[in-house]
Amino acid sequence: MYSLKKGMAMELYIALLIIFPFLAAIVQAFVKNNTVRKISVYISSAAIITATIIFAVLNFGKEQSFIPTDFMLGGFDIIGTVNYGMLIVEFILMGIITYLSFKYKKYYAALLSIVQTCFVAWLELSGNAHAVNEYLFCDNLTLILCLMIAVVGGLICVYAVGYLKDYHHHHGAEVKDRRSFFCAMLFVFLGAMFGIVFSANLIWMYFFWEITSVVSFLLIGYTKTKEAVDNSFRALWMNLLGGVGFAIAIGYAALKLHIFNLADLVASKDPVIVIPLICLALAALTKSAQLPFSRWLMGAMVAPTPSSALLHSATMVKAGIYLLIRIAPAMTGNLVGLTVALIGGFTFFVASIRAIIHTDGKKVLAYSTISNLGLIVACCGVGIDETIWAAIFLMMFHCVSKSLLFQTVGSVEHTTGSRNIEDMHGLIKRYPALAIAMTIGIAGMYLAPFGMLISKWSALQAFVDAGNIILVLLLAFGSATTLFYWTKWISKLLAYARPTIRRKDTTSLDQWISIGGHTVMMVALCLVFPFLSNSLVNPIVNSLYGIDNFKPVLSDENLFILVLMIIILALVIVAGFVITRLVKTKQTSVYMSGIDTGDERHYVGAFDEERTMYHANWYLSDMIGTDRLMNVATAIAAAGLIIGAVLTIGGVL
Amino acid sequence: MLVYRIISAVIYLILGGIVAGLLAGIDRKLSARLQGRRGPSVLQPFYDVAKLFSKETLALNHGQFVIAFSFLLLIVFTGVLFFAGVDILLVFLALSTAAMFLVFAATSSNSAMSTMGAQREMMQMLAYEPMVLITAVGFYMSTQIMNGGEGSFKIIDIATGDLPSIVYLPGIFLGFLFILTIKFRKSPFDISTSHHAHQELVKGVTTDLSGRNLGMIEIAHWYENTFLLGVVALFFLSNDWWSIPLAVGAAALVYFIETIIDNVSARVKWELMVKLAWGVTIVCGGLNLLVLEYIF
Repeated sequence: MYSLKKGMAMELYIALLIIFPFLAAIVQAFVKNNTVRKISVYISSAAIITATIIFAVLNFGKEQSFIPTDFMLGGFDIIGTVNYGMLIVEFILMGIITYLSFKYKKYYAALLSIVQTCFVAWLELSGNAHAVNEYLFCDNLTLILCLMIAVVGGLICVYAVGYLKDYHHHHGAEVKDRRSFFCAMLFVFLGAMFGIVFSANLIWMYFFWEITSVVSFLLIGYTKTKEAVDNSFRALWMNLLGGVGFAIAIGYAALKLHIFNLADLVASKDPVIVIPLICLALAALTKSAQLPFSRWLMGAMVAPTPSSALLHSATMVKAGIYLLIRIAPAMTGNLVGLTVALIGGFTFFVASIRAIIHTDGKKVLAYSTISNLGLIVACCGVGIDETIWAAIFLMMFHCVSKSLLFQTVGSVEHTTGSRNIEDMHGLIKRYPALAIAMTIGIAGMYLAPFGMLISKWSALQAFVDAGNIILVLLLAFGSATTLFYWTKWISKLLAYARPTIRRKDTTSLDQWISIGGHTVMMVALCLVFPFLSNSLVNPIVNSLYGIDNFKPVLSDENLFILVLMIIILALVIVAGFVITRLVKTKQTSVYMSGIDTGDERHYVGAFDEERTMYHANWYLSDMIGTDRLMNVATAIAAAGLIIGAVLTIGGVL
Repeated sequence: MLVYRIISAVIYLILGGIVAGLLAGIDRKLSARLQGRRGPSVLQPFYDVAKLFSKETLALNHGQFVIAFSFLLLIVFTGVLFFAGVDILLVFLALSTAAMFLVFAATSSNSAMSTMGAQREMMQMLAYEPMVLITAVGFYMSTQIMNGGEGSFKIIDIATGDLPSIVYLPGIFLGFLFILTIKFRKSPFDISTSHHAHQELVKGVTTDLSGRNLGMIEIAHWYENTFLLGVVALFFLSNDWWSIPLAVGAAALVYFIETIIDNVSARVKWELMVKLAWGVTIVCGGLNLLVLEYIF
């Protein structure tokens, strides 16, 4: 337990970390001048990143600690006031949702919101919810999440400044310029995420959880087109459904078990905790866009790219994962765990198949997010120490590389006017820097010495140890499809096609700061991987499982070989480029069975006319391109979830 | 033990290419005899590769050399890891990374034939990849049974069990043989590139590689084939001495059968290949794993 020796320093620092992004958001909301916005975003992001890094360094490696937050200030009950403040904000959020629901005639969203808000408000006001004095919480897992949120999220805010300028330049009058609102929402998101990871108390967590639901809804609806509005409401109702699950979990835990803290819930030996657990799992599955709730994340693509980058990497979907990692020890070997694991594994496989058919870069990224999150969810569902180790690493690597990929796709779109993967043919010749950053991002998602694959590998090993053959099979097939859609994307980028038109790379400095930062982080993460494992992740697993000798499934020998592999690859590529400069090689042109016209772009057709050559990737749309696949998969997942929930609840009542 | 592992890795490094080169020569001889021809000398593959290196290299771009060289090096690295007896999953993951470089070698050329070949190569990877992972899992579970609980992915542990793994993995062995035809680029699955002169895509993935670059790819394929036969042999190895001749014999027999299949079957479409490969993986591999988990 954390002692109060340091006075209130720690909780004040945490409070500041949570509150500061909200203050930054208020500033953004009122900034109308572009230069001022740019400067203020830079300052706010830098402050958030610096403060978080300092906080992480100061508290690095400390024991899991609750932070008693019952302090009074001169007889003034701060916590009580904060609780009332939160309640008021919750009602304001409910008001916003209700207003917008009626405005756009989507009444179900209002219903979901009113039900859960009133229920939680009743819990609080009736005095059933706040019997503890531990509201804040901090351990290594919190620190990792904080670093992800601050560094990746902060850089995305910087990226957004440059991106939005281009965006409104491109979209002109179609989309109303609401940049102040957009930037403000990004910062609110960061603040809410800090809130989720620092909250020990379920109601506090729920409060921030609801904020992320509402903010993502507002971000998705940014352009206010019909499509955007429809998609934003889909995201809203799904996440609110998860919120209802969260509220029921809180209510059940508080009324029946007198548990108010997440950690106490997980530690409880009472068999009926599976009921709040399945409700929390439902909330996490909706937030992490698992089947049957995947469609909201696809719809979220209509929003400007920075918000996609934020939703997919550091925030939103990771909130669900965070919650699952926290409750994983309680899911080990029970029906809740099995349901979650199978839904995750199934989502991993189905989403990776769906990613094959899309030519739109952002859609492929979205399906890959759903798919990778599925793997992480499966790891959490299995809930043994080895899988949690893998889950934490998957989460970290996914966060950085997905954020990098969204940003590069966004910049490529603005530079070339298209985010279609087919149009990225030969990007390495046209925009080498963007192509290299994108290639590193993709390699980070699936190639051998990079982290994602290492984590996937240990997940496979852990699934075998847990004796879950179905998950092993899903992982084996899903890996093959994952390999396919990423390889064909990289091979498009690396085609040495002589560019026909060469536009100027319009990627602004703001965007480059973020893309460059992410690229460096991606490579650095792979290099310091063994260090991270020993000093940061192993202790987390130890403390989550109350053991003190956790060893990751990957032996030192394997880690050594992996580092060797990175070095060999780097050496080969460098040496190769040196050698090609030294060795004489005659340049030739592409072989086209003797019918080329000489410029590598045209050939003589059967009727003796000149035709343009075009290389297309395979998308297998005639095989798997139908919507039926996704509908059937959604139905199966929904059925699985319902059966799992019914059996779980029926089993203990 | 470490000494043996290093020796075996060094032997592979020296002989790996030569063995598969000879096997390729035997393959050609055998095929010729099956077709009523005399066929070239058994050493013909070596002459061919030597000639490739003596020719002037025509390249489309500087990248081709780098990628072809990376492919060769990664394949050799994979094989060395395998014969040094490390984690088999690591070996298979290194193999798929290596395979990726062949795809990049083809697509970086920006040529129609190569690009089509590369798409088909990716299709082949899609077809065989699940079975490869399941094979590794199968080995792990067989060591689990033999050691009474504690499983191991380490090749050295798999190769020194009380019984040859094939005893527990008959289904997985069959599944692996099936995808071996794809990996060996033998008919009916020589879809991305072929040893025979009747490919509709000229030479598929290697169309736009020539001279030195093509020579490196060819040598890489030899090393890859020796490694793959090594995996076949692994199914038969145990801590008894007689398992070694058994394993070598089995690998030779498998190669012989592959040659026969190559000669008696016609190339199929990729759709059928994927369906067949996945079907076999589910039936043979999946069932075998379920049996191991729930019966043993």
